[in-house]
Parts: sequence; structure tokens; C-alpha cells
Amino acid sequence: MDAQTTVFLLFILMLSIFLGFELISRVPSQLHTPLMSGSNAISGITVVGAVLSLSSGNETITAVLGTAAVACAAVNVVGGYLVTDRMLGMFRKKGQGEG
Amino acid sequence: MLSPFLIDIAYIAAAVLFVFGLKMLSKADTAQRGNQLSSMGMLIALVATLLYGGLDYTYIVAGLVIGGGVGLFAAKTVAMTGMPEMVALFNGTGGIASLLVGWAEFHQTFVETTNSGVVGYSSFTLGSIFLASLIGGLTFTGSIVAWGKLSGKMPGRPMLFPGQQAFNVLLLLVAVGAGIAFSMVGDLADPLMTAKYDIFLVVVATGLLLGILAVIGIGGADMPVVIALLNSYSGLAACATGFIIVNKVLIVSGALVGASGLILTTIMCKAMNRSLSNVLFSGFGSTTSGGPGKKNEGEAKVINAEDAFLVLEAASSVVIVPGYGMAVAQAQHAVRELGDMLEENGCEVKYAIHPVAGRMPGHMNVLLAEANVPYEQLVEPDDVNPIIETVDVCMVIGANDVVNPAAREDDTSPIYGMPIIDVDKARTTFVLKRSLGAGYAGIGNPLFFRDNTRMLLGDAKDSVSTLVAEFKQD
Repeated sequence: MDAQTTVFLLFILMLSIFLGFELISRVPSQLHTPLMSGSNAISGITVVGAVLSLSSGNETITAVLGTAAVACAAVNVVGGYLVTDRMLGMFRKKGQGEG
Repeated sequence: MLSPFLIDIAYIAAAVLFVFGLKMLSKADTAQRGNQLSSMGMLIALVATLLYGGLDYTYIVAGLVIGGGVGLFAAKTVAMTGMPEMVALFNGTGGIASLLVGWAEFHQTFVETTNSGVVGYSSFTLGSIFLASLIGGLTFTGSIVAWGKLSGKMPGRPMLFPGQQAFNVLLLLVAVGAGIAFSMVGDLADPLMTAKYDIFLVVVATGLLLGILAVIGIGGADMPVVIALLNSYSGLAACATGFIIVNKVLIVSGALVGASGLILTTIMCKAMNRSLSNVLFSGFGSTTSGGPGKKNEGEAKVINAEDAFLVLEAASSVVIVPGYGMAVAQAQHAVRELGDMLEENGCEVKYAIHPVAGRMPGHMNVLLAEANVPYEQLVEPDDVNPIIETVDVCMVIGANDVVNPAAREDDTSPIYGMPIIDVDKARTTFVLKRSLGAGYAGIGNPLFFRDNTRMLLGDAKDSVSTLVAEFKQD
């Protein structure tokens, strides 16, 4: 990778980190768990990397590692989002519920 | 097949959705929509990636179906009380996925380099593979150990051996050294090049070992911090993976998760008035089981459910303070029922929730939400402490350290300085507890011996149910 791309990527990284810090400054403790499991689901974005590691014509071992990576990341993504949704559904119900 | 330009546009859309999703997740009324937006972003990123072309779709579909199925099943079947360990497990799968991607990319380049005789590595890529594998690996094993502790499959107390800190530091140095050696690129005959695969395996092994050793030394009561931190690590691992394959959406989303996870970790540390390094390296609880701090004197006054009922019936304000014990006894529904009974009786009921009560950030909120406790009744320590003197009855249900007055009064106590809920200042305090023993962290609690404290011993759910039954008879 040439130096320019490297600098470009590091630039993106730096800005994203700052954005991440600014994004959630005051979170009510009510939302700590959903925020954690919801952001955990986002970290399943590795699934994109896992898919891209499965180019056709790769070594068998590469393919096996890549498939395992896709599967694990998919557990993270699907499980993470659904479980967060389930939790938040409970929170919402009570806002509208008997109160 | 989509052009790389269009795919990048899709990635930008995904990143925007992640940003908005996270933002909305931190506000109560938008949280669920935020999570859905973020999942849309994930779907867009995944679909765009699948359109790259030249991919081996059999393997991809197999992986997606298996992983998706497992995730679906786990998310649908997990009980709310099992949520901390579930979150830990999901976190672990994200970590191992980053490790596996790093491994797959390295293996492919290694074989191609060996076959063609042309060096296919760059130091930058190798360095990224090192970071993704190390962080991914330690996130995985760390999360597995956290899962074991949270689900009770492993003892929750810190497990320490002599020289553990020194060993962990040594291990970290080995990992960094191996990482530097791994990232160096020379010509093919160079010993660093021929040993590349061995060095990589050393990196993987040290990462996995570090995760185990770092978390087994941390006590169960500190788990909220650990889970939040591991969450941050899984983001960083994804970020490093992004650098391996030069993928911007991975870098952006990984960094977002890494940074926001760190914020949550800081919130948890503040709630315990401890620094992050203190949580990670002190082996909280292990050295304190002998009971340092002042000796607790006096005798605890035990009360039975019938007498407790009479006090509650006369009370006009009750604050319920839940803790991990409520989760263990699965008492949240009974507690809510009791709360309803008290309200019907004309009593004002609040639930005071300490940020680190339970085993993950927000643990008590999840349980009480499951039991349909109205949001308006949940209050934080800062709201309830100023008015605690006017509260007739504080009911401590399975909480211990977060209501321990030693944190305020006894500067020799290991939890001295931690913000607590001042239940000892209420007119009467009921402590529902299994026995008179020390709490989870092994620290004695002078609250039990106060004049205004009454101990209601036994399983929390049974005790609360008995109280509910008394109200019904009435």
C-alpha cells in the first residue's frame, strides 16, 4: 500500500475516533445495556472483511478460515441486533403501557 | 457486479446509518429506531460487499446461514436474566472473527509468496494483521472467561497466582516483540521471513492467553467494566481488520465502537470511583476476603416477613434498591408485584438503581423492564440520596457493595470513596439477603448492624412473594 493511502486511512481513523467519543456523551443508565449490545453488533462489521477474504480460487485453508470468520461475525451481527431490539422493545412497552 | 465506486458509496451510507444509529441509541425514545437504522446500515454494507464479484459464494452463504441461524436462535431464546453472559458471548464471536480474517489473509499471502517467490507483504498490512489477531484473540478468550464467570460456570472471585501481573506484562512484551518481528519485511531468504508463520502463531497464542489471564484475575463485581471494555476491544479489532483489507467502512465503524465502548467503560469506572487500571490490575476482592477495614460490631436484627409486612403497610414511601441477588433469585417479577401492591396501598414506590449494580452496565434496568416496571419509577443514586432521610423504608434486594456505608465512612475499606446509595440514612432499611455472610466482593457490610436495619433472610424471591401474599390477604 502506498504512503498516500496509508495517511488517508489513518486520517479516517482519527476522525472516526473523535466522532465516536463525541457521539454518546450523556447516556441514561437505563440504556447502558442496549447501547453496549447495539454497538457490539456494529463491531460485527468484520463480516465484510470475512466475506472479502473468500475470493474464489483461494487456498483451502484460507477458505476454511474465512468461512469460520463469516459464521462468527454473522452470529455477532444477527444475535447482537436482535437481542438489542428485544431489550428495547421491553423498554418501549412500559413507556406506553400502564405507566 | 457493482463498480468499486458504487460500493464505496454504499459504505458511506452504511457509516452514516451507524453514526445516526449510535446517536439515537443513547436516547430513550429513539433507541429502538436507532438500533434498526444501524442494522439497516449493516445490511447495506453486507449486500454491497457481496456484489464485489469474484467471491466464493458457496462458502459465504454457508457461513452466513450457519452464523445467522445460531445468532437468531440465541437471541430469541435467551432469558433476560442471561443477558450479561449472552452479550459477552456475542462480543467474543466478533473478536474471533477478526482473528480469523487476519489469519485467512495472512495464510493466503504466505502461500502465494512461497509459491511465486515474490514477496507479497507490506509492513503496514502485516502490522494490521498483528493487531487484528492480537486484539481479536484476547477479546475472544476474555469474553469467554467473562461468560464463564457471569453464567456461574467458573468461580466469580478473582483467580490470582503469584507473579500474575509480572507474567501478564511479560506476555504483552512478547506479543509486541513478536508483532514487530512479524511486521518486518525482508527478502525471502531472511530468517524473519522463513519463520513468519511461526511468529504469527506466537502472536495468536499470546493474544489468546492474554485474554484469559487478564480476565480471570478480575472479580465478578467488576464485570460491568470488563464487559464494556471488551466491547470496545472488539471494535478496535474490527478497525485493525479494516486496515488489512483497506476497507473504509470497517475502519470507521470499528473506531466508532472502540471509542463509544471506552466512554461506557469510563462511566462504569466513575460509578465505582476507581481508575481503569485499578479495576484491571488490582484483583479486587481477592485480598479483602480476610475482612480489612473496621471490624463490624454489634448484632444484626433479623425480622420475619410478617413483621416486615406490618412496617411496609404503614409506610408512605418505599425505595427499592435491587442488586445482583435479585437477578440470581429471578425475583424481578415478584418485586414488581410488591411494588404494585404498595402503590395500591397509597405508598410512593421508587426503584433506585446504582450504575454498577449487577454484572453488566444497565443490568437492573433490563430486568425491571422485563417485569414491566414503569420507567418513571426508576431513579439514579443522585436523585434519591438527597431525599433519602424522608424515605420510610428502603428495601435492599440482593445488593450489597453499592449500599455499603463503609464506602463513605471507613477509609480503610477497599471500596472507600465509591458513590453509594445511602440506604442507611433512611428511616428503616430492610436487607433481603440469603445469609449474614459477606457480599460478592467479600467485603463486610456495617449496614447490617445499624439500629435502623432489619435483615429479612432467605431467598429474595421467596421473601418478596411472602410479602405479596401478606398484602393479598389483607
